[in-house]
Amino acid sequence: MKILVTVKEVAEAADDFELSENGLDIDERYLEYDLNEWDEYAVEEAVSIAEETDDADVEVVSVTIGPERSEETIRMALAKGVDRAIRIWDGTIEETDLLDVEARAEILAAVVADEEPDLVLTGVQANDDGFGATGVALADTIGFEWAAVVNHLDLDVAEGIAHVHRELEGGVEELTDVELPAVLSIQTGINEPRYASLRGIRQAQSKEIAPYGLSDLGLDAAIVDSPLSLTSMYEPETESSATVFEGDPSEEAGQLAELLRDRGVVEA
Amino acid sequence: MTVLAAAEHRRGGLRDVSYELISAGRELADALGTEFYVAVIGGTVAEFAEQLNREGVDVIYTVAEGEEFNHGVYTQAIASLAADLDPAVVMMPNSVNGLDYAPAVASGLERPLVTDVVGFEVTDGVTAVREMYASKVETTLSIDADRFCVTIRPNEWPGAEGTGDAEVREHDIEIDDSRVRSTVTGFQEVGGGDIDISDADVLVSVGRGIEEEENIELIEELADTLGATLSSSRPIVDAGWLPKNRQVGQSGKVVTPDIYIAIGISGAVQHVAGMKGAETIVAINTDPNAPIFDLADYAIVDDLFEVVPELTAQFG
Ligand SMILES: Cc1cc2nc3c(=O)[nH]c(=O)nc-3n(C[C@H](O)[C@H](O)[C@H](O)COP(=O)(O)OP(=O)(O)OC[C@H]3O[C@@H](n4cnc5c(N)ncnc54)[C@H](O)[C@@H]3O)c2cc1C
Repeated sequence: MKILVTVKEVAEAADDFELSENGLDIDERYLEYDLNEWDEYAVEEAVSIAEETDDADVEVVSVTIGPERSEETIRMALAKGVDRAIRIWDGTIEETDLLDVEARAEILAAVVADEEPDLVLTGVQANDDGFGATGVALADTIGFEWAAVVNHLDLDVAEGIAHVHRELEGGVEELTDVELPAVLSIQTGINEPRYASLRGIRQAQSKEIAPYGLSDLGLDAAIVDSPLSLTSMYEPETESSATVFEGDPSEEAGQLAELLRDRGVVEA
Repeated sequence: MTVLAAAEHRRGGLRDVSYELISAGRELADALGTEFYVAVIGGTVAEFAEQLNREGVDVIYTVAEGEEFNHGVYTQAIASLAADLDPAVVMMPNSVNGLDYAPAVASGLERPLVTDVVGFEVTDGVTAVREMYASKVETTLSIDADRFCVTIRPNEWPGAEGTGDAEVREHDIEIDDSRVRSTVTGFQEVGGGDIDISDADVLVSVGRGIEEEENIELIEELADTLGATLSSSRPIVDAGWLPKNRQVGQSGKVVTPDIYIAIGISGAVQHVAGMKGAETIVAINTDPNAPIFDLADYAIVDDLFEVVPELTAQFG
């Protein structure tokens, strides 16, 4: 059995940030990169399925669309037990301002065609652009079944079914049987992502990260063309009408305590 | 050329976002100078159609297939409606179920998709407004296509009101069962147990800013001192530091206390969905740009590890 996990290196903005000169992104200096939170859970889920399955031949492959910089992040996934990694990047992708959902799905579909996985795990969303659509779009593109926002997974390979819980709003979970092969978008909290062991980190150094460009995947450069374009980025006008308590921590706490007392909150 | 929105329902009831879709859909249809249609798929469609018949809806299409949401049915139903109506815009909710079918609808129709939209600007073409980087910035995306799909963020548009005079049309389709490969076997309520945070008058709520499990004690002490109830954002529950019944937000509890004190919580949209109805909101956060401050009535921009012990001491 083979599990493909899509992972993305995402940028987080520092507390005080500035926009880049063209105004279309946050200035590189204020961005910090890390593995997408949701993908950490997808990686853990794939690795633990591989560990728990009797069939010793479960291979876990990760795929990233990302520049060379992201190899550091990919190594972390390899250190946690992913067997090998694929990284897709080239000049065409580099020059694309906005890789839309369709383009991402097309690129990942080409990898699926090569790798022929039985199961694809993605994160529910990436916390930089928050589109939340790649997994399901991929499923439709490759003709796999799917489930989005999965927070419990029980795989029955013999039956060819994934028994999943989908986490709906308001503390309700939907229990669903999904036919394999499938794409599942994984929700945080489904497991407890492990820390990489020293041994894992060492082993990761010798694991393969295969670099591919669009042409290696038999894809035309035109697939990244998008009718969508990012035309501006700005800090939302603050709607804040908050009263700010100023001073040192003790003064701040004093003012808040006074408010709470005024509002009838007293020591228990 | 029309705008077609797909309503959402669960376990016998329409969800609020359905009425928000009517407001957003009507707004966009007006800007484009077109008609606005609503589709409702599955469940008691006739009853739903009556409820959806609010001001601004021109036609309601009912597709009587299945009881609960199933993405295999929804994608086929919308594809069939799109083939008949050729809508310029297919609008869906950015709900958990929306995440489960909207990308497949767009992919199947070969249309671009913009998700989690919080606003539209229409000039020559349509521009969608959406957030990025954990709500720290807003962006505009111009959509250079005659036909596209969008999902709208819940709680952004007001729910449509008033009684409409929409025509209700039944839309019959032949479902291809070989393309329905998921089966819903049931629902399960989670987050029950000893305590119901939605009963509390004062909530002291802790987020990822607390850094370590040991530090939760600090917040617990404050809550105890104030006679308040302890709640949290999602990462605290994901990490297993507090039980599920303490989680505030979209996938946790919706709370409306008199006072909500958010400590080390950024104010992500899914968190805000659960606490924006609190009467008074206090936020303690080191990041002056944290979205929680947009909501807060009282703000302390400082380190919780310095402020919280001082606050507890004030009542000591
Ligand atoms: C489908 C779905 C459902 C979801 N449902 C929920 C839900 O029900 N509830 C929920 O909460 N989330 C939910 N989320 C997750 C949500 O998107 C956010 O990831 C989450 O709310 C972030 O929690 P946080 O604010 O505690 O953490 P972060 O966003 O990491 O924020 C931590 C904050 O702490 C501040 N901070 C750090 N150190 C300090 C310090 N020393 N002193 C003061 N402040 C400090 C930081 O400035 C930051 O603002 C959901 C997500 C999805 C996709």
